[in-house]
Amino acid sequence: MIIAEGKPIKEILAMIEPYDKILVVGCKGCVTVCSAGGEKEVGILSSALRLARQTQGKSLEIKEVTLERQCDTEYLEPMRPYADGYQAILSLACGAGIQFVAEKFRKHPVLPGVDTQFIGVTEEQGVWTERCQACGSCVLDRTGGICPVARCSKSLFNGPCGGSKRGKCEIDPEIDCGWQLIYDRLKELGQLEKLEIVLPIKDWTTSRDGGPRKRVREDLKI
Amino acid sequence: MKAGSNLEKVLTNGTFAVTGELGPPKGADVSVVERKANLLRGNVDAINVTDNQTAIVRMSSIAVGAILKQMGLEPTMQMVVRDRNRIAIQSDIFGAYALGIRNILCLSGDHQKFGNHPTAKNVFDLDSIQLIQTVKKMRDEHKVLGGDEIEGVPAMFIGAAENPFADPFEYRVIRLAKKVAAGVDFIQTQCIYDMDKFERFMQMVRERGLHQKVHILAGVTPLKSVGMARYMKDKVAGMEVPDEIINRMKSAGKEKAKEEGLNICVEQIKKLRQIEGVHGIHLMAIEWEEKVHEIVERAGLLPRPEAK
Repeated sequence: MIIAEGKPIKEILAMIEPYDKILVVGCKGCVTVCSAGGEKEVGILSSALRLARQTQGKSLEIKEVTLERQCDTEYLEPMRPYADGYQAILSLACGAGIQFVAEKFRKHPVLPGVDTQFIGVTEEQGVWTERCQACGSCVLDRTGGICPVARCSKSLFNGPCGGSKRGKCEIDPEIDCGWQLIYDRLKELGQLEKLEIVLPIKDWTTSRDGGPRKRVREDLKI
Repeated sequence: MKAGSNLEKVLTNGTFAVTGELGPPKGADVSVVERKANLLRGNVDAINVTDNQTAIVRMSSIAVGAILKQMGLEPTMQMVVRDRNRIAIQSDIFGAYALGIRNILCLSGDHQKFGNHPTAKNVFDLDSIQLIQTVKKMRDEHKVLGGDEIEGVPAMFIGAAENPFADPFEYRVIRLAKKVAAGVDFIQTQCIYDMDKFERFMQMVRERGLHQKVHILAGVTPLKSVGMARYMKDKVAGMEVPDEIINRMKSAGKEKAKEEGLNICVEQIKKLRQIEGVHGIHLMAIEWEEKVHEIVERAGLLPRPEAK
């Protein structure tokens, strides 16, 4: 899923400073699962914003909504009838959701209530970690199911570098060395011979370097 | 001869090679380069010029390489893949060759987190092994990565680094084998203090016959103080310093620490010369270039062969 984190309240207060009627919109997708922008967070943030503005002696009217998803047109449309009654929309969805709201509600300034961080997993309750950078051409079959792009701090395809020590990355003793993980996993699988192969220079056009990406399935188009 | 550099000639002749290292200044002061270079003159066969090591911004390795060349010295240009994509890398290799640089050391590069610009975006379009492949393709196939023919081939003598002390230990020799398969001509290792572990590494290298396919230069760095030894052990990524060395530096006391550091270094070089498959040393006297002459002389490695 996409992992995000709520922005500091000070930053949000600065963004909404010019407005006194805003919509705070949550999303029931990924950001609910990672406790950054679901119904609960919409409620907590809205209360905090109201309180802060009250202390400043300035009024703030908030409508709290949490949509099924913000990355699909059909779930955005229900906001249409009441959106005009508000000056701005504060979205707690991931970066994709926030942008889609901005595209569909063209008269409204749309503001980000979260920082979108990465594609990851819930490693344990309250702990999310990165697994994928969406590079667009998967090599997990060759690396024991552990991604060198996302898990190695230098995205090396033929690692580890000289900075791998006792299983940890040179940049932080808390971070596992991705290539140590790959080595251990391939050893477990009895596939260490895979490490002998020089993985070729990557074609990054399938990643961000090819420009904004698009996927089309003609058979599904109406 | 692949490149015809002095270093290639020394190694091909079977002479035990000595390479040195020069860290460029954090600015445009040429006199710093000249001072360090003159201390290395006559004591080494080639001088590595570091490429923004520890991710601290310094004078570029190409520019310093060209200055050394003008001074009649032989540079080995270090190149990291941290800061350049394949377009800039290949362009810089053309430029470096045009300026007379004939040796290149292909490296990943320290992560920018360590340097004076930790908020920078890194590149890592290629990794160090893929950089070896790139330089080899340019030299031997006369083509850039994209397939276009080259106008004027940059015939580089290709080097890479290896850290026998990084983990996983059993994998280090596999990675060296990958570098050999990619086309590397010489290897310079991380500084060695743990001689037993290095001997085990070389044993594995010989078992795979890699010592016959690549010239291995063993890295050494003289210690200045017990503090430096402890720093190397605890803070420098992928470095091992045995307690025995730390104790020797400690027992020497503050007064004699430097002398003991030099003694240890000379002893290490003598031991390294005895190891089958070690074809030279890479002496990294970090900000202590004035001792290079003494170390090389005491190790019995002077005079250096005349560069032709």
